[in-house]
Amino acid sequence: MPDIAQSLLNIHLFDELARRKNSINSLHPLVKLIVTGAFLVFVVSFGKHDVTRLLPFAVYPVFILSLADIPLKPLFSKMLVAVPFIFGIGIFNLIFDTDIIMYIYKVPITSGGAAFIALFVKCVLTVLAALLLIATTGMDNIIRSFRILHIPKIFVIQIMLMYRYISVLLEEASRIWNAYRMRAPGQKGIKFSLWGPLAGQMLIRTYERAQRVYQAMLLRGFNGEYTGNAIKKAGVLDCLYCAAWILFFAIARYYDIPSAIGKLVTQPFDLF
Amino acid sequence: MHMADALISPAVGITMYAAAAGAGAFSVKKLRNEIDDRKIPLMGVMGAFVFAAQMINFTIPGTGSSGHLGGGILLSIILGPYAGFITMMSILLIQALFFADGGLLALGCNIINMGLFTCFIAYPFIYKKIMKKGFSAKRIYTASILASVAGLQIGSLGVVIETMISGKTNLPFKTFLFYMQPIHLAIGIVEGLITAAIAGYVWKVRPDIIENGDTDKATGKVSFKKMIAVIAIAAIITGGALSWFASSNPDGLEWSILKTAGTDELEPTDTLHAKALEIQNNTALFPDYDFRQKEQQDDIKGSDKTNVNNADQEKFVVNGGTSVSGLVGGAMTLLFVGVAGAIIRAFKKKKGIIKNKACES
Repeated sequence: MPDIAQSLLNIHLFDELARRKNSINSLHPLVKLIVTGAFLVFVVSFGKHDVTRLLPFAVYPVFILSLADIPLKPLFSKMLVAVPFIFGIGIFNLIFDTDIIMYIYKVPITSGGAAFIALFVKCVLTVLAALLLIATTGMDNIIRSFRILHIPKIFVIQIMLMYRYISVLLEEASRIWNAYRMRAPGQKGIKFSLWGPLAGQMLIRTYERAQRVYQAMLLRGFNGEYTGNAIKKAGVLDCLYCAAWILFFAIARYYDIPSAIGKLVTQPFDLF
Repeated sequence: MHMADALISPAVGITMYAAAAGAGAFSVKKLRNEIDDRKIPLMGVMGAFVFAAQMINFTIPGTGSSGHLGGGILLSIILGPYAGFITMMSILLIQALFFADGGLLALGCNIINMGLFTCFIAYPFIYKKIMKKGFSAKRIYTASILASVAGLQIGSLGVVIETMISGKTNLPFKTFLFYMQPIHLAIGIVEGLITAAIAGYVWKVRPDIIENGDTDKATGKVSFKKMIAVIAIAAIITGGALSWFASSNPDGLEWSILKTAGTDELEPTDTLHAKALEIQNNTALFPDYDFRQKEQQDDIKGSDKTNVNNADQEKFVVNGGTSVSGLVGGAMTLLFVGVAGAIIRAFKKKKGIIKNKACES
């Protein structure tokens, strides 16, 4: 049973983290959005079996989470959500792709194994990038940057409202759930005959709440326009940040940095 | 059914984003014709409702397992397909950002799989068609269940196709299909039952919510077919353009190699071939396109000989002839990154302690 309190904590936690003042949080949100997008595209563009060449990309999430002081435990517990599905699909790479590509001290590594590890690394990197985006930017800033991207007002107002009301409705769902549990001890979930009335009542209450919200908005002058306060303009530092990361991603994508480092290290020792 | 970033290629991700954006723009345009803005807070709050409702555990009688609400069909019933689609986009975005449920790059795919197919195909062609004859509890039940099942079946088919085209997995197409479709049939039935139960109850108590949810007179068959055709064409053009770009690069490079080498064809010696492959794979934007073609050859022929040939090629491509140094370098990269990160964090902690001490004094 997905813990409702835990979900609420999730949402609040990242917003709180994003509200703190540090060097990463104060960057322009659109810049962070662009860098995250570029990171995802570059990471995902690697071939099926590229493992070592993916590793330099770990610099980005480590850099962000260090400078922005993001606590590691909630980050990794979130990543665990995405991992099982990847494992389930990646297993088939291990099973079907059995061409042996190399040996490490007589242990054969198949290309399927490389693909499996590559999938896992990509999963970790991409999930981290997304989580770090929200942890350093916060939903409000991301939504504001949507306006800069000329995403329609309807969408922007709607998602802002939805984001605000998720907490309200999660608490209501939590109350309903607790009330039900106290009246139905031992049952693990809502039984079939009550699916309709329970959730249906909540829906009707939500509908009526929406009407009250609309009237309150009208009374405060809502006319379909988006009137959020503007973000400060992107400065030189923001543009440099964006350019520097994209340059790094491009270099790491096209040049095999780990091999270069490895050659430097192993040549003096004349290892194989 | 949320797809993760690791399973898709950039071409698929970006194409699906284009399709989702197209459908979103179309929905917004349709919504602008609405007379008042009443729908906007309704969309926001209903979206939050679906979000919260997804947390509730609906126990399936007899099986001991549970299902949960997806939302596409229910939102379309209450808000109409256009508003429902936009709300689904927002729900999926927040799930991707906060809960790592679906990747950010795969968001376009998820929006199409879980939003487009339910709101623009299952809802109008199944639910609405059944409801044309009039509202009744029985019809609401049948329509909801059928629409949910259909929507989810198409959605999971979408997941399979997008994953296969991306070429990051060795999962055979048939196996994947036979694994996904039955599971999502069961999920679809459960979601259909939940949607049906909720819609049925709400119709009994507040029939206006169900009957007046979708009042846009323009939601006739014609507009949907047109829209789907436009999106399909846009997706094909975008996907085609991207894959043309991906495949034209190697050709251009081979052409320039030919020009500089001064020979008609490349000599099939090992080193030159390997070098060309290395260059090709270092500069091609979407090298997995090559792998995909090799994979397809493997699937079609399935003979050992082809495998050996391809394996040889892949050996060059994967290792570049320097497998051990690659591993060593990779390990050192990770080490370096980890140490750098730890140093930065330690530095920040120290700074924080010094700051606190300064505040105290």
